[in-house]
Amino acid sequence: MTVYTLYIFDRNGTCLYYTEWNRKKQPGMSKDEEFKLMYGMIHSIKSFVHRIAPTDLRDGFSNFRTSRYKLNFYETPSGMKFIMTTDLTVGNIRDILHQIYSNIFVEYVVRNPQCELGQPITSELFQTKLDEFIRGLSIFPTRIS
Amino acid sequence: MGIFSVFIINKAGGLIFQYDHYSQRPEVEKTFSFPIELVLKQQDEKLVVAFGERDGIKVGYTLMGVNGIPVEGRFLQNDGTDAMEIINSPHNYPINLKFGRTKLTTNEKIMLASMFHSLFAIGSQLSPEPHSSGIEVLETDGFKLHCYQTMTGIKFIALTDPRQGGVDALLRKMYEVFSDFALKNPFYSVDMPVRCDLFDTNLQQVIEACEKQSIDYLLN
Repeated sequence: MTVYTLYIFDRNGTCLYYTEWNRKKQPGMSKDEEFKLMYGMIHSIKSFVHRIAPTDLRDGFSNFRTSRYKLNFYETPSGMKFIMTTDLTVGNIRDILHQIYSNIFVEYVVRNPQCELGQPITSELFQTKLDEFIRGLSIFPTRIS
Repeated sequence: MGIFSVFIINKAGGLIFQYDHYSQRPEVEKTFSFPIELVLKQQDEKLVVAFGERDGIKVGYTLMGVNGIPVEGRFLQNDGTDAMEIINSPHNYPINLKFGRTKLTTNEKIMLASMFHSLFAIGSQLSPEPHSSGIEVLETDGFKLHCYQTMTGIKFIALTDPRQGGVDALLRKMYEVFSDFALKNPFYSVDMPVRCDLFDTNLQQVIEACEKQSIDYLLN
């Protein structure tokens, strides 16, 4: 099991935070462009899913997978989007994404008066806490990868 | 359990086949008194509930009928009156309104198919691992979308219940049916919409077999 990347977007599409752990392929474009492409894709998937759905949806889109990775998505009612890419063996990690939001993002960004909302997160405390949390997860790889 | 619908998309992103297998779209009818608690707004020529979920009427439902008269777009089907005018004038109350999820029109299906085509490509481009395919399974809380792309670039897509099994086998079987009954048809031109009765009947059989969970049948 592996965690590759984590993206945090706000409701306007600004990438507040990006970090990667075991990423093996870079997308061949600048980070800024990659964030725009990622946000655009998620935005389109959300609208696609709601239009094509044969039944009523509650949470809507939760994850997709390709032959090589899985993209997990969680959105708060305020429009914050948490996107984590993992390998295919990882199950449903909605809870983990919710914990990142409630235990780390809210604690160390929203409650930090120095952090301006809607701007990329520069707080070192947030970065270390998040890194600690992800590395402590059971889905994060041990030394044998 | 169930398979909701299947799509076939050609390598350019054009929809060449679509079949709704099982669609039970919810409909709710209710009598209202003035003023109406729902907020309706116009969206793509339709009147859609924008706010105020109640009694099974959900946000996103379309106005389908006023006092038993079907509504087309935002106008009544019998005399072409604007449905919004009727709803806004107090002397028409009490009023009976029908709401529901509308079926996708052919144009919308074509649009969604080409939308998925590009999402598929972006999904593979943004991969953190090299040599990734596009989106194979897309999951939501109400349905699951399975996509199988052949070597020739044709995409077979099935929308199913999240618990439905054996969909991979179904998609491969669909490809087989497509090769046998559409591509071998001398009147069929490649990359054009499929209109072929033999293909339709065989496809239906395959879908029904998959629903019966007889995966053994699919593999033989």
